[in-house]
Amino acid sequence: MVAAQRELTLKVQGVSKRFPGVLALDDVSLTVGKGEIVAVLGENGAGKSTLMRILAGVQRADSGTVVMGGEEVQISTVEKALDHGIALIHQELNLADNLDVGANIFLGREPRRFGWLIDKEHIRREAVGYLERVGLDVDPNYLVGGLTIGRQQMVEIAKALSIDARVLIMDEPTSSLSQKEADQLFVVIKDLASKGVSIVYISHRLGEVEAMADRVVVLRDGKNAGELKRDDISHENMVKLMVGRDVSQFYPHEPHEAGEVVMSVKGLVTPAHPSQKIDFSLRQGEIVGISGLVGAGRTELLQTLFGVTPALAGEILVDSEVRKITSPIDAIDSGLALVPEDRKQQGLILDMPIRENMSLATLLRDQNKGFLNCSMERNISQKMVEDLNVKTPSDGQIVRLLSGGNQQKVVLGKWLALEPKVLLLDEPTRGIDIGAKAEIYGLMEALAKTGVAILFVSSELEEILGMSDRALVMHEGRLTGELQRSELSEEAVMRLATGQSMEAA
Amino acid sequence: MKKIVGILGILIFVVIATIVLSDGIFLRPFNLENLIRRTALFGIISIGVGFVIITGGIDLSIGSVICLIGCGLPWLLTVHGWPLPIALFAAVLISLLIGLIHGLLITKLKLQPFVVTLCGLLMYRGVTRGFTGDQTQGFGSEFKGIRSIATAEIPLPFVEGFGVPAPCVFLVVVAVVAGIFLNQTIYGRYLLALGRSEEAARYSGINTDRMVILAYVICSLLAGLGGVLFVMDVNSAQPVDFGNFYELYAIAAAVLGGCSLRGGHGTIVGIVIGTALMQVLRNMITLVDVIPTHIEFAVIGAVILGGVMADELVKLVASRRVASK
Repeated sequence: MVAAQRELTLKVQGVSKRFPGVLALDDVSLTVGKGEIVAVLGENGAGKSTLMRILAGVQRADSGTVVMGGEEVQISTVEKALDHGIALIHQELNLADNLDVGANIFLGREPRRFGWLIDKEHIRREAVGYLERVGLDVDPNYLVGGLTIGRQQMVEIAKALSIDARVLIMDEPTSSLSQKEADQLFVVIKDLASKGVSIVYISHRLGEVEAMADRVVVLRDGKNAGELKRDDISHENMVKLMVGRDVSQFYPHEPHEAGEVVMSVKGLVTPAHPSQKIDFSLRQGEIVGISGLVGAGRTELLQTLFGVTPALAGEILVDSEVRKITSPIDAIDSGLALVPEDRKQQGLILDMPIRENMSLATLLRDQNKGFLNCSMERNISQKMVEDLNVKTPSDGQIVRLLSGGNQQKVVLGKWLALEPKVLLLDEPTRGIDIGAKAEIYGLMEALAKTGVAILFVSSELEEILGMSDRALVMHEGRLTGELQRSELSEEAVMRLATGQSMEAA
Repeated sequence: MKKIVGILGILIFVVIATIVLSDGIFLRPFNLENLIRRTALFGIISIGVGFVIITGGIDLSIGSVICLIGCGLPWLLTVHGWPLPIALFAAVLISLLIGLIHGLLITKLKLQPFVVTLCGLLMYRGVTRGFTGDQTQGFGSEFKGIRSIATAEIPLPFVEGFGVPAPCVFLVVVAVVAGIFLNQTIYGRYLLALGRSEEAARYSGINTDRMVILAYVICSLLAGLGGVLFVMDVNSAQPVDFGNFYELYAIAAAVLGGCSLRGGHGTIVGIVIGTALMQVLRNMITLVDVIPTHIEFAVIGAVILGGVMADELVKLVASRRVASK
């Protein structure tokens, strides 16, 4: 079917949204036809999630119109969005695990008896029908907490169907699914589309998009960057639109002369995956990426290395010396630094000025018999603001008011002031705009040149492929393989990330 | 800073109002001396709880610690005849241990500060009533010398009939040391940082548990010091109600003075001014005839509520202005 012949279900026009310090959406438009599968692509921070949250009534747009089935609608709350037939399925599912499947499907809209008793029989009867439509064979009385993530997702879809959703927005639905579960999901999505439900599909997995989407809409830096019709959808075209230039230019990677081994990990057991042992080593001046699906244990590995969740067993050697790392303090003493995944909770103290954030890790080193060394603190913070090009009127600015990219630079600055031997980065460019992203890549390069060993976790394959000298791939807590730069390809990484062995690759 | 100016403004306003409404009784030396003495005594315990509040915690046991130390000290001295230095040392040690236990339970066992210190509130008073047999404790006519650290007035040159109450010396020392600690040392910075985000502080290599424990130790030590000074001041402590509600006065003063119960915010100067405001309000209610004394709590409650509401409203307006820019 050609898009032009479809009846239009959803038409979004000229939507803008400003957050403090950043224009998240700038005059964005989106149309979705009846029964059409539209993939919305964009780098993190491109504005996809903001657009989806506006459609689902979680946030309000500053300007712009939303037309559903030819009628302009005001989506001011989640309830309104649902009333208009727009349902969002979050990346992190929104189910109550302590309730059964039927109760979750009808949560907040329970059919009643005598006005106030829940009509369980009615729920059961109806739920069976919706579950059938999504091909999920479970009893409505089964507790949601006992289902696999893939099946929970089907329950979410069934819930969306039960409110008669005409537009189903799915935010990274396969990020925590196995390949088999993902395949089942695709069958359900195609089936729903053929029955007239419009699907807005957000994913970073370009292979999936290529296989499923009728049309691709790309956002970049909060603006429409272009569209691809079914026949034009190819990996290369999508990446070009997302990045806005050739990928090879975007990543400043140059191969590094790897020096001495600076850190080695032997038989490390993380509390998150106690049955797996991890071995690897890291050389001076090397950039090593860790790839894997959500839940593969990448963040947990970094947190164990940094002593946040101490290892259950195994050894961490820094400069050939066994280090006992049971807290971030030990890790810092050993020359490690971690830029954590959750910048706002773990990386920064949002209500403190840039200067006090920058100095947090160095206060102890620079202390003057317990007293603050204010001049040293000011010098370091001003130097970091300058070196890292933090865009701010002064280093007295409260960090909360900075954009994501500048916030991330403050986190980096805090650690660079300590001059670590090993820099651990967890999703270093998540949620930051493309310009700041390029700056952070440049910084990683510059640091590697000075001999710092960099170990970074990323969910963006492009980033892993673009920045790594070497990539480690994890699957369910296990290190499934190691790829040299020459062996790096999307296919090779995905194969290892889904748990297939090197030999199969 | 703006907060301090605001609260100082309210204090000055209340003082002037009281002077006018009390026909000048407020300004009589006897009243002023008393008022300043109370402010100094409550200021010490308020600074203590301020540290705990800055970490995002709370200490409800202060009043009971005051009771335990305030009744225990004369009990050891008069009933058991302990030498003064040893009895004072015991008071310090017990206060310190109480704070240490609170801190350990809160950080290592991850118990909630509210629960831990609520149990403390109940236990220390119960224990005191137990060992004293619920009998009133005091120094009688002895220990006049040492009691003068709470009762004496330090004469001012060229001023007749008015002296600075001795507890002021303690308040000034405590406030100056606390202020330097909070603002000039790395540990003070750690406290302010972890009060805003304990997780981020921990990820930055700060031993957050140790800092939180330290805050509870400071709080209990200052409560213990308060207990010693309070009992020396009044010379008579009934285990059943000595120090009753003092934790609430202390918390209220800290909150009025700009500490946020969410943690991470607070200044020593603000806390002292907050304490003064609380005491002036109580004084006003006593002196001004139109306000019946028994509605004291209602007035204080309303003023605190008004203060925090004004603070939030100012913040709301400020953030709107930022957002609309």
